[in-house]
Amino acid sequence: MAGAVTLARALRDPTALRLDTDWTGLITAARAEQLVGSLAWRLHGLPVPEPVAILLAEARDGAEAARRTALWEAEMARRALAPLGLPVVLLKGTAYVAAGLAAGQGRHIGDLDVLVPRDGLDAVEQALIAAGWEWVKPDPYDDAYYRRWMHELPPLIHRERDRMIDVHHTILPLTARRRPDPDALIAAARPLGNGLAVLSPSDMICHAAAHLFADGDLAGGLRNLWDIHCLVEEFGVDGLEARARHHGLGDPVRRACRHARALFGTAMPQGWGKDDALDRLIRRRLLARDGWGRPTRPVTRFAFYVRSHALRMPPAMLVRHLWIKARRRPASS
Amino acid sequence: MRHALSLRIGPFGFRIGSDWRAPIETLADLYADYPRPELPDYTVRLEALRPWRRWIRPAMAVSGDYMLPDAAPLPLAQALLAAEMGMNLQLALGARRFLLLHASAVERDGRALLMSGESGAGKSTLATLLAARGWRFMGDEFALIEPETGLAWPLPRLISLKNDGVSAAARVWPGARFGPLLHDTPKGTIRHLVPDATAIAAMDEPVQPAVLLFPRFGAAAAVRAVPPGEAFVRLTQASTNYVALGEAGFAALTALIRGVPAYAVDYPDGETAIAQVEALWPEP
Repeated sequence: MAGAVTLARALRDPTALRLDTDWTGLITAARAEQLVGSLAWRLHGLPVPEPVAILLAEARDGAEAARRTALWEAEMARRALAPLGLPVVLLKGTAYVAAGLAAGQGRHIGDLDVLVPRDGLDAVEQALIAAGWEWVKPDPYDDAYYRRWMHELPPLIHRERDRMIDVHHTILPLTARRRPDPDALIAAARPLGNGLAVLSPSDMICHAAAHLFADGDLAGGLRNLWDIHCLVEEFGVDGLEARARHHGLGDPVRRACRHARALFGTAMPQGWGKDDALDRLIRRRLLARDGWGRPTRPVTRFAFYVRSHALRMPPAMLVRHLWIKARRRPASS
Repeated sequence: MRHALSLRIGPFGFRIGSDWRAPIETLADLYADYPRPELPDYTVRLEALRPWRRWIRPAMAVSGDYMLPDAAPLPLAQALLAAEMGMNLQLALGARRFLLLHASAVERDGRALLMSGESGAGKSTLATLLAARGWRFMGDEFALIEPETGLAWPLPRLISLKNDGVSAAARVWPGARFGPLLHDTPKGTIRHLVPDATAIAAMDEPVQPAVLLFPRFGAAAAVRAVPPGEAFVRLTQASTNYVALGEAGFAALTALIRGVPAYAVDYPDGETAIAQVEALWPEP
């Protein structure tokens, strides 16, 4: 049955799909990995059975609506923040569609992610609240934790449009071992001409790789890796290694490129290292989805969940953090 | 998954997978006369909440291609409700080929009567009563408006009857086939009714909407013409994907509102409602 493995193959080379493919499994896995819009564009114009074509057209239509909504949300934030005169850099999906990149084609876009200078955070927060955004997390520990240790404000949601904004001041939590250089990110950002900007190509790849391998538990990892594939194919890797080293992200970036090459055939320079033991586990985790859309490989998943916390903070702090969380919510996770 | 079934209801195909055999057997029995889809549009999963909850105090999580976070689990005995909720959720969150209105629909003279209302307004019961009097049942949950044509497409799923609606339907449909009686569900007592053969046979025949009703059960009989602006606002709230469709949704909804008269109908009992509907229905 088709699952994430078939999905990765289809994205890599859609012409290699046979007409007797398990289309239902492929589309279900793609929906579960939030890659169905990207898949639909990869298959656009290729001969597929009629009912498949209908579902793919619907997915492209849905991605177009997501793009429009994301750009509108960015515009709303721009209007709220323009009077501050601060640089506002779009990140992730919204940045890809705003800059018209291949990575944005068909991409699912959830929250609006922006990067602003850390000393402007308070002003940004006030301006957003004045413009109708509200707190999501009422818990004082979570709130304090975000403000002290995270790379972003606690998430805000707009009370009328029901859309979330994540305001970043850097791209990894402050508790993480790696410390990217947020000033350099903002200094190198490319203006879009409307008061907003996007990261430079190398920084975009660094951010995507940091998000994938230096933070989080690889949930949605296949989509993030597809982003990296598209970015590298579009921009190449000139200057990428030096930039990654500057941010302390040499390892995650090389690792991301290795996986992108292995799964999607991404072109990358020779000598960026060979797969290590962790890479084999990562591959297992990235492809842990079956044709019913179910997550598979629970042990591998759990291992990466544990790793995400180990990456995020030192052991003593982690113990304290989990202790507080466990005491507060004994009934839930 | 261990147990699975594919079925087609009107324009939508569903694939339903389950960790248990019983829910699939119930669905296969009640949906026996429905066609199989060429390719399912959506996947619905009925999974054990935790691995051991397949056997110990069985509890099912409803999921699928499209999910709500924090959806409450249901006991195994309510699997039919879980499956129906799962299918509804796929349409509400995923469908883009139609404007979805939370409404029941029946057809007569080749035209559709749409009845929109909140839970408890009597949409399903009214559709059932009208079907017993010769109208064609088109659906009791979603009216599907095709943006390109303005046509209403049938979605004749099992009819979900609540509380008093169950006995009312049993009275007018003596030979009707019912699913199991589901007590203490999040929506009260529920029983599913299999639509009649006419409704299933005509599931691929869309019709032009002719009248839009906003029924309300439990008040003294009253009929009021609803101006287009009010009908528009009510239907934006009754639509699950109006916002998601963007301009196409706006165009489809304004075309519908301009094309059909709308009425708010308060009714104390089914007999009265049927008389009200018959009086409002424009003869061909």
